[in-house]
Amino acid sequence: MAHKDPGPKADRRRFLTGVVAAGAATAMTPVRSADVVAQAPRAPSALPPSGKAAEAETGTPRELARVKGTPGSDFMVDVIKTLGIKYLPANCASSYRAIHESLINYGGNKMPEFLTCMHEESAVGMAHGYFKVAGKPLMTLCHGTVGLQHATMGIYNAWCDRVPVIVVGGNDMDAATRPPGVPTFHSAQDINALVRDFTKWDDTPVSLQHFSQSFVRAYKIAMTPPYGPVAISLDAGLQQEPMKEHGEKPYIPRYVPTAPPQGDSGAVKEAARLLAAAQNPVIVADRAARTPNGMRLLVQLAELLQARVIDQGGRMNFPRTHYLSAPPAAVSGADVIIGLELSDFWATVNAYTDNAMNEGIGTNSTRIKRDAKLVSISSVDLNTKANYQDFQRFQVIDVQMAADAEATLPALIEAVKSAIPNERKAAIEKRGEAARKAYAEGSERTRAAAALGWDASPVSTARMCMEVYGAVKGLDWSLVASEGNVSNWPNRLWPLEKYHHWLGRSGGYGVGYGAPASVGAALANRDLGRFSVSIQSDGDLMYAPGVLWTAAKHRIPLLAVMHNNRGYHQEVMHVQRLSNFRNRVANLGGDMGPVGTSIQNPDVEYHKLAEAMGWWAKGPIKDPAQLGPALREAVAVVKGGQPALLNVWTQPR
Amino acid sequence: MRLVRMLAPAVLALAFNQLAVAAGSAEKGKVAYVKHGCWQCHGFAAQGGVTGPKLAPNPMPPEAFAAFVRFTNGAMPPYQKAILSDEDLADIHAYLQSLPKAPDYKSIPLLNP
Repeated sequence: MAHKDPGPKADRRRFLTGVVAAGAATAMTPVRSADVVAQAPRAPSALPPSGKAAEAETGTPRELARVKGTPGSDFMVDVIKTLGIKYLPANCASSYRAIHESLINYGGNKMPEFLTCMHEESAVGMAHGYFKVAGKPLMTLCHGTVGLQHATMGIYNAWCDRVPVIVVGGNDMDAATRPPGVPTFHSAQDINALVRDFTKWDDTPVSLQHFSQSFVRAYKIAMTPPYGPVAISLDAGLQQEPMKEHGEKPYIPRYVPTAPPQGDSGAVKEAARLLAAAQNPVIVADRAARTPNGMRLLVQLAELLQARVIDQGGRMNFPRTHYLSAPPAAVSGADVIIGLELSDFWATVNAYTDNAMNEGIGTNSTRIKRDAKLVSISSVDLNTKANYQDFQRFQVIDVQMAADAEATLPALIEAVKSAIPNERKAAIEKRGEAARKAYAEGSERTRAAAALGWDASPVSTARMCMEVYGAVKGLDWSLVASEGNVSNWPNRLWPLEKYHHWLGRSGGYGVGYGAPASVGAALANRDLGRFSVSIQSDGDLMYAPGVLWTAAKHRIPLLAVMHNNRGYHQEVMHVQRLSNFRNRVANLGGDMGPVGTSIQNPDVEYHKLAEAMGWWAKGPIKDPAQLGPALREAVAVVKGGQPALLNVWTQPR
Repeated sequence: MRLVRMLAPAVLALAFNQLAVAAGSAEKGKVAYVKHGCWQCHGFAAQGGVTGPKLAPNPMPPEAFAAFVRFTNGAMPPYQKAILSDEDLADIHAYLQSLPKAPDYKSIPLLNP
């Protein structure tokens, strides 16, 4: 609850009462303009009045601010500005109207700039995508109840993807004074309870001093690895009431970044000993590289050991053009496997087959040698919660460090250098030669596989991905999202080498991430002069397509190429699978996929949808030969600063 | 598990014999391929992807194909006779056999950047 200042001030409730009374008095009392006219020099009555006289006779009295003093929300803006938050994507809501007004008027709508969103999930998704390019968090504002409910899936994705987002929910806590009706429906005792299971921290400040401390603390916690979303409940009263005129002025704490946690020195030494002595060490990375430097460190470690690297793609961890880049199956021959920030270590070293065997639960089997040693460095071990099961199945690990992988890599590299005996160096070099051969052979197989169905209609996902790459390869491109599963072709065929070439996925697999995250990432890339391209799936776009309008409104250039397979294809396969297990013919209901899984009859005309929101768009493209020319047109549009969408009918995967 | 291993050869032999009498129609097979959902994991051109291997060109021999489709306990769900007739199965195989060979990737500039 907001602290009520007993000192002299214009209380917002008493103020409203006063406004009503003053308004009535104004209507009944002759305006003071008569006095002004009486002091003017006499003149013939037929003459027109001077401008000043006319204004005095017809104008209204000069308006004064109805609330004296400095609004509390102005101070909040001062706090926010100290943290260098560049944008604020949000859907407007009355429960934060006071800080909204302060942001755009007092704050000049800069740092942060308000971006108009049409759904709270879109706003969080934009912040999610933005961070993965810029490395800086955004904040969003929402109604603490209905808005936060809309935002939750985006927050869950950010939680699972270890991305900081500062979520501020408006709430009118004082039940004795809050307006009745909608504002009361939109109030709650504890709005943050809704997202507490998948945020790192939350608070409900009750004074301006409390707000400044909480906001800086929230930023600090969100930005300490493992990163994650945080929530602040912002009382409407605290926003609207003026600051105390007397007494100590609240201060703004200085933000000082917290150093990320490093692995225990003994555990680092033991991990290095295992890696140095291994015959076939394999490195697996998921969200290991938080920054471009993380990539460089991983290359250094891999080359030192001549160890193959499986990049699971949570971030851009390892260049796909490097001969040590390896497919997931590379774990099978390993005697030491080190996992760096893996979201699922169990599934990295075990296989699950959904075959209805074992009384329906499927079959588990190991992917690795029985005596393989496992090492893990993961900061998520520091922040595991109980309810949502994003921590996955339990895997026994031989050496486990609750630490940030990127921060630990320098020490691990030095320890490995010390641990490699001279007599092992020749064998390690030989391992590298074998890796080069395996890489070249794998590349040949992948390209041969991509050629299958090359001229098919609908367009094969391999053809679509390579046509897109062909259109952007001369630019400083960034693949900001690849949703809907295109058989992983960009990771298999594109020369992903720079940190911004690949941004990872949603984290929580909450469908609807791709469109807003693409727009948020494209916003960050716009400021860096990069070209953004996304592979946008159909089902994902339809969760909250209003984000297309946000991109057009704020002139965020983005090339979105639709992977339109006209269905929720994962579910197409799931329902087919269950039908087969039960020996029943799947009911297609006149569509291609089982009832409830297709997005056809009618087909969604995404190009028209995008056009209606201010995008340049074209489609549907079903003939692969038409794709290249359409892409060239679209790229030119995006280079001109406008978003463009191509609606491509594609193969399912 | 041991019983399954013992019975498997007999079951496969039975399947081989059953399919050997069927002569498939590629035209009908194209329809059956879509109707029974083969496209879902293998693609409309049977090109394969992360969800299933390629089925064409050069599909596996019909007997092995039938045995796999009927009795697999791998990632693919089995199609028993109640949901996929022998005739449809033979037609699907004929369709897969009719699909042309893919172009050599070396002849595709986009695959040789």
